[in-house]
Amino acid sequence: MVKYLLTRLLSMVAALWVIITLTFFMMHIIPGGPFATERKLPPEILANVEAHYHLNEPVWKQYADYLGSLVHGDLGPSYKYFGRTVNGIIRDGFPVSATLGALALSFALLVGLATGIVSALRHNGWQDYLAMVLSTFGFSVPNFIVAGLLMYVFAYWLGWLPAAMWGTPQQAVMPALALAALPTAIIARLMRSNMLEVLQQDYMRTARSKGLSERAVVWRHALRNAVTPIVTYLGPLVASVFTGSFVVETIFGIPGLGRYYVSSISDRDYTVILGVTIFYAAFLMFMNFLVDLAYVILDPRVKLVDRKEL
Amino acid sequence: MPKGKKLFLLTTSLFAVLMLLLAGCGGNNTASSSSNQTINYAPGDEPQTLDPAKATGLPDATIINAAFEGLTRYDKSGNPSPGIATSWDISPDKLTYTFHLRSDAKWSNGDPVTAQNFVDGWLRALDPATASEYAYQLYYIKGAEAYNEKKGDASGVAVKAVDDHTLQVQLTAPAPQFLGLTSFQTLMPIDGQVVKAHADWAASATNYVGDGPFKMVSWVPHQEIKMVKNPYYWDAANVKLDNLNFITVEDDNTQYTMFKNGQLNFEYNVPLAQVAQLKAGNNPDFKIMPEAATYFYRFNVTKKPLNDPRVRQALALAINREQIVTDVTKAQQTPAFAFVPPGFNDANGSDFRQNGGDYFKEDVAQAQKLLAEAGYPGGKGFPALSILYNSGANHQEVAEAIQAMWQKNLNINVTLHNEEWQAYLNDMSKLNYDVARAGWMPDYMYPMTFMDMFVTGGGNNETGWSNPDYDALIQKAKTSDAGTPAAFADMHQAEKILMTQMPITPIYFYTQPVLIKPELKDVIIPPFGVQAEFRWAYVGK
Repeated sequence: MVKYLLTRLLSMVAALWVIITLTFFMMHIIPGGPFATERKLPPEILANVEAHYHLNEPVWKQYADYLGSLVHGDLGPSYKYFGRTVNGIIRDGFPVSATLGALALSFALLVGLATGIVSALRHNGWQDYLAMVLSTFGFSVPNFIVAGLLMYVFAYWLGWLPAAMWGTPQQAVMPALALAALPTAIIARLMRSNMLEVLQQDYMRTARSKGLSERAVVWRHALRNAVTPIVTYLGPLVASVFTGSFVVETIFGIPGLGRYYVSSISDRDYTVILGVTIFYAAFLMFMNFLVDLAYVILDPRVKLVDRKEL
Repeated sequence: MPKGKKLFLLTTSLFAVLMLLLAGCGGNNTASSSSNQTINYAPGDEPQTLDPAKATGLPDATIINAAFEGLTRYDKSGNPSPGIATSWDISPDKLTYTFHLRSDAKWSNGDPVTAQNFVDGWLRALDPATASEYAYQLYYIKGAEAYNEKKGDASGVAVKAVDDHTLQVQLTAPAPQFLGLTSFQTLMPIDGQVVKAHADWAASATNYVGDGPFKMVSWVPHQEIKMVKNPYYWDAANVKLDNLNFITVEDDNTQYTMFKNGQLNFEYNVPLAQVAQLKAGNNPDFKIMPEAATYFYRFNVTKKPLNDPRVRQALALAINREQIVTDVTKAQQTPAFAFVPPGFNDANGSDFRQNGGDYFKEDVAQAQKLLAEAGYPGGKGFPALSILYNSGANHQEVAEAIQAMWQKNLNINVTLHNEEWQAYLNDMSKLNYDVARAGWMPDYMYPMTFMDMFVTGGGNNETGWSNPDYDALIQKAKTSDAGTPAAFADMHQAEKILMTQMPITPIYFYTQPVLIKPELKDVIIPPFGVQAEFRWAYVGK
């Protein structure tokens, strides 16, 4: 077990290093730079600015320095927003994105699971068809359309909800729903097919033949087995909804982390590109790790051992 | 289906509980204050910095202008007028400016504003370690350029505090724009004590101090900067707004919805798709303001066939600009037949553009003739031409219109090349293009801010064009003729050369469509410098 954890940790660090290195050199290859503007800077002034951020040094040295400060947990200053650090940007933005993500995730889980279960139990009934039509919408309509539609109806047309910004519960409703649409649909479909499969299993027949009530059969035997694949999907899902969505946060004016994944690249804000990439990658790996741990609890057949120990 | 229903109820109620819980810890940062003297304004972008020495963007300048005041401030009609300085003397040779500062000026923390604060602010902007991108706005001052370029030191910069309320500045050459520049953010004073104690004073509301009409109380990045009236401002009695909030939500469609449902009462960037409809509907909230800026196309003169002025003239003459502004951009822009936009004073105080007039006329027959003279009769043998433009705004639609006009009028093959902003800037500066779209807005209110762009090797030339007569005229206007009416004559002449040689062709002079509630009074939306001036603003009926 300890050995497994250590190997896992080491492989995560190695993967992170590869990601950092690739990102670092790729972003220096793309044309432009953080201080290229329409109004050209006089060369002497550009020299002052580049010296200030050590951008005048050779790229390999910048890379080594970056790794050096990264070890100390310092992600550097933003080149675009003077006076702000990447650590500060993540510290400010992540709690907001995570709160919104938690709302979206709870909605997706509650509604998605319930819909999936009901669909499976009422297989080919009208409830099933309705749920599957709705989930097809959730699947195929991109979130900027969902977001735009919600805003048009509830903010522009009906005027029930504020159009944008963050801080009140009313302001969280639309972005949470827009963010939840796709995962809700995915969870509903996954849950439905898992349930349908489980309900066909021999042990279900055994349970029924033992004389257990239908309720006990479904809740105790079917659900637990059907939910395991959902847990697999939860790892990457949590990582993506908690770290913010560019589209949803931009449309609803949410001061989260999502915007930086895209804007940092068009701004050539090198340190922010690296910072949010590292943060997202580390978070994703950690979530996947948690998922693997969860299997041990959910499925007694799974044990955390090194392959050689088998 | 009782089980399903129960589950559904459970689900929704759980979600509702969660929302409520979160609401409890979220706090309320949008509750409007009880005062109706409140402006909720969307500048369109998060400011890059609110440090006056480092700021370059328009939203940044607008917010700083609310929190700061320089020696002068532009008045309602657009002239530099007394700010922290009540009066000034200019020496007969126009090289020495002596500013007399008001004695009742205070910082938002109560400290007095002194002449030394200006010396500190200007030297800080020039200090190479500050890495200010706009340091060159101070290069008019003797010794400033040398200090910023590490060829001299701070003591060589000719700005000094004669006493607490007298500031003396020496310029390298007469510069009529200098007085207006003292209202520009790079030339703001700083409260030296605060800046010394808190290196990051400008990064949050905690230590932010200004000497202007408003005072920052909070700053949530990409959300909102809240300001209130600054009680220490020397003219606080005449500041009528209680709250001035800069809502930094970036998406313009979102801003539009926020304006519609009352979260905003003033929005600078109207979505392009809405402009025509708002204009047609005579919406009382919708205004189109003039802007001193030019939309133009650069020609890469180092490349065949664009190295031939006749080809460039033919291309310029074969564009129907009226059609572009009525059918494509649709916001009452003016077709441009010269480079410097209207709004700049000429020698006698009249308009520079009006005096200079138009330098060419659209004429398809003449364009075809020029093209034939250049060796491409009927467009025959003319290589395919590519138009480079950046994504966003309606650059694509404008390029498509021009592509169609050139193909139809000149029978040449034109392709479009769209690039992301940084890639576009990179290709333009490396002359890796045929024709490229561009825009230019002034740094200061003097035509030189447009006219010196195309000198040989100039950083913003980016066409490869070089003309000794043009260079000589610009040089003369900046040195021997500086500060005299002859400088304007030089610039008129230089513009004529530019518009005959045509390394660029102007397309139109910009406008700025805005949405502002009619009850907002005395909000000044000037044609350059800042998006809006709120010093005199109030909410009326």
